[in-house]
Amino acid sequence: MISWPNLVSQLFNGLALGALLALISSGLTIIYGTLGVLNLAHGAMFMIGGYAGFVAYQYTESFIIAVIAGSLFVMLLGVVMERVIIRHFYHRPHEDQLLVTFGLGICFVELVRLIFSSQSQLVPPPALFQGITNLGFMFYPTYRLAVVGIVAVALGALFIVLYRTRLGMIVRAGIEDSVMVDSLGINVYRVFMVVFGIGAMAAGFAGIVNAPVVSLTPGVGDDILVQTFVVVVIGGVGSFPGAILGGLIAGEIISVTSMFNPGYAYVMLFAAMTLVLVVRPHGLLGVQGRE
Amino acid sequence: MLKQRPFLIETLTAIGLIAAPFVLPHLGFAPNTVNRILVWGLFGLGFDILFGFTGLLSFGQSAFYGTGGFVAAYLLTRAGFSNVLGALIIGMIAAAATGYLIGLIALRRTGIYFAMITVAIAEVFFFVEFNPLSDFTGGENGLPGVPTPSFNLGFTTIHFTNGWSLYQFIALCYFVGVIIALRIVRSPVGAIFSAIRDNPLRATAVGHNIHGYKLTAFVIAAAYAGFAGGLLGVLQAFMPPDAFTFDTSGQLVMQTAIGGRGTLFGPLVGATVWLFLQDFLQSALGLGAAWKLVLGVVFVVLVCFLRGGIVGGLVDLYGLVSGKRARKAAETEQQAEIETPQQAPPAPMQAKEVAHPAYSGPILKATGLTKRYGGLVANSDIDFSVNQGELRGIIGPNGAGKSTFFKMLTCEIAPTSGQIVFEGRDITGLKVTEVCQLGLTKSYQVNQLFTGLTIRQNLTIAALAELRGKFRLDLFRKLSGVKGLTEQVAHTLALVNLTRRADTPVSELAYGEKRRLEIGLALATSPRLLLLDEPLAGMSPRERVETVKLLKSIARGRTMIIIDHDMDSLFELVERVTVLQEGKVLLDGTPEEIRTNAAVQEAYLGGVHGEIAA
Repeated sequence: MISWPNLVSQLFNGLALGALLALISSGLTIIYGTLGVLNLAHGAMFMIGGYAGFVAYQYTESFIIAVIAGSLFVMLLGVVMERVIIRHFYHRPHEDQLLVTFGLGICFVELVRLIFSSQSQLVPPPALFQGITNLGFMFYPTYRLAVVGIVAVALGALFIVLYRTRLGMIVRAGIEDSVMVDSLGINVYRVFMVVFGIGAMAAGFAGIVNAPVVSLTPGVGDDILVQTFVVVVIGGVGSFPGAILGGLIAGEIISVTSMFNPGYAYVMLFAAMTLVLVVRPHGLLGVQGRE
Repeated sequence: MLKQRPFLIETLTAIGLIAAPFVLPHLGFAPNTVNRILVWGLFGLGFDILFGFTGLLSFGQSAFYGTGGFVAAYLLTRAGFSNVLGALIIGMIAAAATGYLIGLIALRRTGIYFAMITVAIAEVFFFVEFNPLSDFTGGENGLPGVPTPSFNLGFTTIHFTNGWSLYQFIALCYFVGVIIALRIVRSPVGAIFSAIRDNPLRATAVGHNIHGYKLTAFVIAAAYAGFAGGLLGVLQAFMPPDAFTFDTSGQLVMQTAIGGRGTLFGPLVGATVWLFLQDFLQSALGLGAAWKLVLGVVFVVLVCFLRGGIVGGLVDLYGLVSGKRARKAAETEQQAEIETPQQAPPAPMQAKEVAHPAYSGPILKATGLTKRYGGLVANSDIDFSVNQGELRGIIGPNGAGKSTFFKMLTCEIAPTSGQIVFEGRDITGLKVTEVCQLGLTKSYQVNQLFTGLTIRQNLTIAALAELRGKFRLDLFRKLSGVKGLTEQVAHTLALVNLTRRADTPVSELAYGEKRRLEIGLALATSPRLLLLDEPLAGMSPRERVETVKLLKSIARGRTMIIIDHDMDSLFELVERVTVLQEGKVLLDGTPEEIRTNAAVQEAYLGGVHGEIAA
């Protein structure tokens, strides 16, 4: 049944999953916070990051290049998507934004399915992180430990961009009041494009980093998207720290519950979300008035 | 969109359903495909009431489809229940009950939160069905052996087996579903649904408990979903576990958007397109798995360029074609208008009966009213009292806290401290809906109209709140069956001088007309105390004169408090004026006293801080 090594190992799994969810959710939440658009294609972005990296890996056999290629490709895709389609939806109702991004997500998934078939693809972890590590009290796959580190670095980078640069200042101001930012003479639309690119890249990066942990399938982003929603509801929409806190909570809930019965993982996740909605309807770190 | 000719749509639906088995085989539709389309169409009827009419986009309808389906299938296959229709209805009730519980949670938030929560909930149902409840649901095997319905009529037994025979049963279910949905949409509740879609804030302010109505729409959608889910099992003789998947919810959303939201028949059309394309692209064109990509692209293009979907597009097209005729009719009508002399102004509408006839103190009394936003004090320690039948003006420089004061009086925002008493009753801490129901409402500084509806529909929604109370489930009553509604709407129309424009959509109105409708919305709730926040703002001098005349006429038999910057008009209108400055009452007096008061002049023209307020 429950043994200590097992529990600790699950806690580590939860940490890895939570860090990933935190990164993906940060992307979703800064896009929503700044642009006011909930990107239902965000899960597809995660999936495409994995596949783009997979293709790069096929050609170069370098994991580093795969990560860079995957992230950049998704960022580019995000920028194009914002320029061509999303831009025309800023002044349309939320429902329309949801519908169009939902449709785009399906197009992406089906396109990938067409090109790569539904079969799962493998991206091996980089040589440096292969095998297992002896943590003294238990053995743990090295790459999963590395994921925590890699994602932490990425979150740190995102933090620096958001909190220590001029762009980040504009983005955070835009989350508060984008009309005001616009009237201050800042070209909000260009900022929107950049933010959409960065947000998409966060998902794409997570997608390729996660690829060696799970096998790649076209549907890999669907579950992640749902989990991301829960993270954002728990943490509070538009809040970067909320996404991180929510991600870690959700990751641990899924992992620890899975130890007892995987079937209840979502039930517990949902129970946590309901609890937050009842106690703090705007999320743990959310701000009132954002819908 | 839905024409008001009696039973036209019902008749056309019946004809279509009867004709389908004779026509569709020639178009290459297999009976099984038609049955599936009808099940999706029935599923979509409820979803369209939720999404198209009430504006709540749920991505979690699979939860109710699956619940209804599995409850019905379990009863029929495992529990020894033999009445198919009975099982379907029990499944529907189970789904509706589930919908009620889920709605309590999901409807705590709106907009994207609502969408995200519904997704998460549906996913939970999927996992629960597969794991903890797999003993009941068969897990990934589903429940095979769902029987088809048969009815023993005594002398003979009708058994609907499969194909076109089963079609008769499913078509009948669909037909009943359409009739019920039409009744709901045309009922007072249906009118309020569209008010919630267009402007939830105003729907609340005119006195509707919108949370209750949203929950109603959610439960209706869940009930339809549950029944359709049961039919799916009957149709396939097997209850498939994938009824619970997110794909089911997604397909429903896409079909509704493709067919046209807010049309009731959109989901049916969308399902037809979907299933036809699926067959056509897969087999005829040999596209294999790529069919879904094609559908996805079609969907995105439709959302981008044809917001109303296929049915909406057809309605627009019909409007273009028949536009010529309509314009001609309009011209003759205009001529007729020129010929008839202007009608005499209507008598003022009576305000609501006074709740406590014995009460004779001031109609409104606020004491020590204070509102703080963090360190900013918007209102501080305001004492304010208005007598029955009084006409009071409030003036003050911008930022004096006038609108905040109004918002506290109508309970849109709660005061930090202080007390508000309306007709002897403490209303501090009540909700804006309840306060409106008591007979106190306001017209907004910035227009808050139901922009997608006509003037008549706008006023109907406001009048319904007064005539029906804040929540009532008269789902099957016709709008025309609400006593006094037609009169009240007609009267308000005449009062704000919009009778001739009654059936014009709000989006086509001139600014002055919108402003009058804004006042009309408040008036249609028959308030005894009416607050007007800058009714003259943005009007031309001529419109101002007319509006002042309008305000004078509605003031008879009513108490009103008016904020405005146009002092000449205001002083002409009101009996007393209260001056607010920096969140405090500066002065209180007759217009003459105010006009000549040195402190007021100073407040307006500067002096204290040496700045000129606009």
